[in-house]
Amino acid sequence: MSDAARIAEEARRADIRTRWWLTAPALFILFIAAVGPLFVVLLFSLMVKGDYGDVKYWQFSTDGWFSVFFERDIFDDTVGLAQAHMEILWRSVKLSLITTLLTLLVGFPTAYYISIQPPKKRDLLVFMITIPFWTNILIRTFAMQEVIRNEGVINTLLIWAGFIERPIQIMYTDWAIFFGMVYVYLPLMVLPLYASMEKIDFRLVEAGYDLYAGRFQVLRRVIIPLVKPGIVAGSILVFIPSLGAYVTPRVLGGGKNLMLGNLIDLQFGQGKNWPLGAALSITLLVIVTVALLVYVRNASRQGGGHGH
Amino acid sequence: MATKLRTFDVKAQPGFGTVAMICFFMLYLPIAILVIYAFNAGENIAIWEGLSLRWFVSAWHNDTVQEAAFRSLFLATVASTIATVVAAMAAIATTRTPPYRGLTFKYAMINQPLMVPEIVTAVSLLIVFSRFKVWTGYNGLGYMVLAHTAFCIPFAYLPIRARLENMDLTLERAAADLYATPWQAFRRVTLPLLVPGIIAGFMLAFVISLDDVVITEFVKSGGQETLPTYMLGQLRRTVTPEINAIATVFLALSVLLVTLFYLVNRKKT
Repeated sequence: MSDAARIAEEARRADIRTRWWLTAPALFILFIAAVGPLFVVLLFSLMVKGDYGDVKYWQFSTDGWFSVFFERDIFDDTVGLAQAHMEILWRSVKLSLITTLLTLLVGFPTAYYISIQPPKKRDLLVFMITIPFWTNILIRTFAMQEVIRNEGVINTLLIWAGFIERPIQIMYTDWAIFFGMVYVYLPLMVLPLYASMEKIDFRLVEAGYDLYAGRFQVLRRVIIPLVKPGIVAGSILVFIPSLGAYVTPRVLGGGKNLMLGNLIDLQFGQGKNWPLGAALSITLLVIVTVALLVYVRNASRQGGGHGH
Repeated sequence: MATKLRTFDVKAQPGFGTVAMICFFMLYLPIAILVIYAFNAGENIAIWEGLSLRWFVSAWHNDTVQEAAFRSLFLATVASTIATVVAAMAAIATTRTPPYRGLTFKYAMINQPLMVPEIVTAVSLLIVFSRFKVWTGYNGLGYMVLAHTAFCIPFAYLPIRARLENMDLTLERAAADLYATPWQAFRRVTLPLLVPGIIAGFMLAFVISLDDVVITEFVKSGGQETLPTYMLGQLRRTVTPEINAIATVFLALSVLLVTLFYLVNRKKT
């Protein structure tokens, strides 16, 4: 090896070493307050539950994982599916899916409409979507509560118009959680959709019309395939936080209509069953990771057209 | 014969404009109601009894609210400052380089808080920090600072990295040709060019920290309410318009920060 090559090689190594030192503080903080604790959760899910919360250290058991899916009958010790958990899991998945669907149905036309506006108006509209996005989730949930409560706008208007005589109970039902999540996560759908619609080459749309396609055919055969990465990104961005939602179901669901997030919380509070809570957390994490992997695969097949 | 030529708009789709209008209406109606009722003179958040600022005054004189607000601001300032500094260092170390071993690992670590559901992070920190609290006997704000710093890092990192990726190395090389030491080149060339990214990253981190409910709720010790956790506690009870007043001020602060963020980002281009 020539001297020049050796010196270059040494310089490269020194450069990489510097780069590691520069990243060290960030990696350290992330290790102790983000990544590391996740491994502790995994460990805790495999330990025996303590009598007053916490766990009995280094006494291992699979009870936590067992009770995620099954429960033992108190009287005859038979094993059955954990009815309550299945119900909550199903509610979480169902509500997250229909939230994703509705945000897509509303968000798609909205993002498209924004993308065809002249630049000035377009910037303003995007900004108007961004503001709710950066507003505290608690404030937005609370705002939704004001709308759907028994004395809220919807009920007051309906009574005033004579459609109903007494208020419809929306608060503390699955509907309340659904409305709340749609409201809270709508910007997360519109923004990625807009990002991919902004790049539509309208010559392709024009070509569609030249070939005698109608409005709907152009939408279905040209526009939707072009913005598919945006649709997938938006759906994932809405689905994942919906599945792990905690604040919205806690405030609007009123402690009865639990979602996965609240069930986990319960195990660390009144439930005093930390291994079960830990196992449920890992379950949620696995579902989310699978969803993300699907997204990454989809994005790379599309040629990674957007962002990450 | 045809005197009137109907222009055909290639871009238009029927009904989309209407849906968009409904969407914006839906997004802003609840917020508008919330803000309007903050100015309600009455005790009740459902019945309008005239215009008044009394709830803003009462929120201001509420010691718990004041304390929580200052704690929130303190926490957001400290956490986003640390997060921005370490994220800037990490961004410099992970951009403008041929791939090296460990680079993907670094990306994964830095973006990790974005991928994990908040409730899972919250629970994991509860488990770990409750142990630490017993072992060390320390119950202070340090845990919250640490937790907030960690989840702020990716938000501070992204704009700084984006900024760096648009800068090539020619200016730094020119500086080196003119006998600048690496530190001088960084101080006089790289850093000034990086400022807009750093400001954007800091502001994003600040808003994220200020808004956090879930993780804070699980990490806080007794008497360490932040504004969002205080509000979460209050929402369980019968609420007075005081909570609307607090939310309105909070909202105003967020809007201000987002607007500033936009202006900073616009200057860049």
